[in-house]
Amino acid sequence: MSIEVRIPTILRPYTKDQKAVTAEGANLSSVISNLDSQYAGLGERLLENGSLRRFINIYVNDEDVRFLGGLDAQVKDGDSITILPAVAGG
Amino acid sequence: MALEISQKIVDAILEQSRNEYPDECCGAILGPVGSDKPLRLKPMINAAHSPTFYEFDPKDLLALYREADDNDEEILVIYHSHTETEAFPSRTDIAYAGEPGAHYVLVSTRKQIAPATEFRSFRIVDGVVTEEEVSITE
Repeated sequence: MSIEVRIPTILRPYTKDQKAVTAEGANLSSVISNLDSQYAGLGERLLENGSLRRFINIYVNDEDVRFLGGLDAQVKDGDSITILPAVAGG
Repeated sequence: MALEISQKIVDAILEQSRNEYPDECCGAILGPVGSDKPLRLKPMINAAHSPTFYEFDPKDLLALYREADDNDEEILVIYHSHTETEAFPSRTDIAYAGEPGAHYVLVSTRKQIAPATEFRSFRIVDGVVTEEEVSITE
């Protein structure tokens, strides 16, 4: 199983500057665990207390995972995941 | 370190901030990858519709990145307005600044100072704010 994960600039220090990496998992939660096992510390940037962080956007095949069940979003071989920090402020 | 930007784009951003008052306005400016020349203005909808907060809608955000990719552009400027306070990054702005390579432009619509004097640009990297010069071209 191979899933492409596109990494935003701000998180590339965790992936040795790679802008796309591969991961495995049947749902988003597993993919994040898998990413964290490959790139230590990345998980904590995406999750807080076991939930997806509010101001990180994650898309599976260009669909916002908030509409796909969040951490339960199903992922399959060949899917593409994109991570984008929110553009927000006060 | 400076932001080079055209008068036309500055005027458009200031007008947008006045039109969307009392809510904060927001948007981005794209330019060719590696050029540091913000040429293409992309006003965005403030999905928060708030006088004290702004956010690009997640779907719009993805579309913007895809469009930039398709055109060999990158997001060079992220801008938003402060409706009643100074054009300086707030703690929230600093906490959420997620694009380390971007110029963060702030404008203010606060009434006691004419909008034209409050167009400022900053780098926000690792929680540190550094103001930079704005060089306006014709």
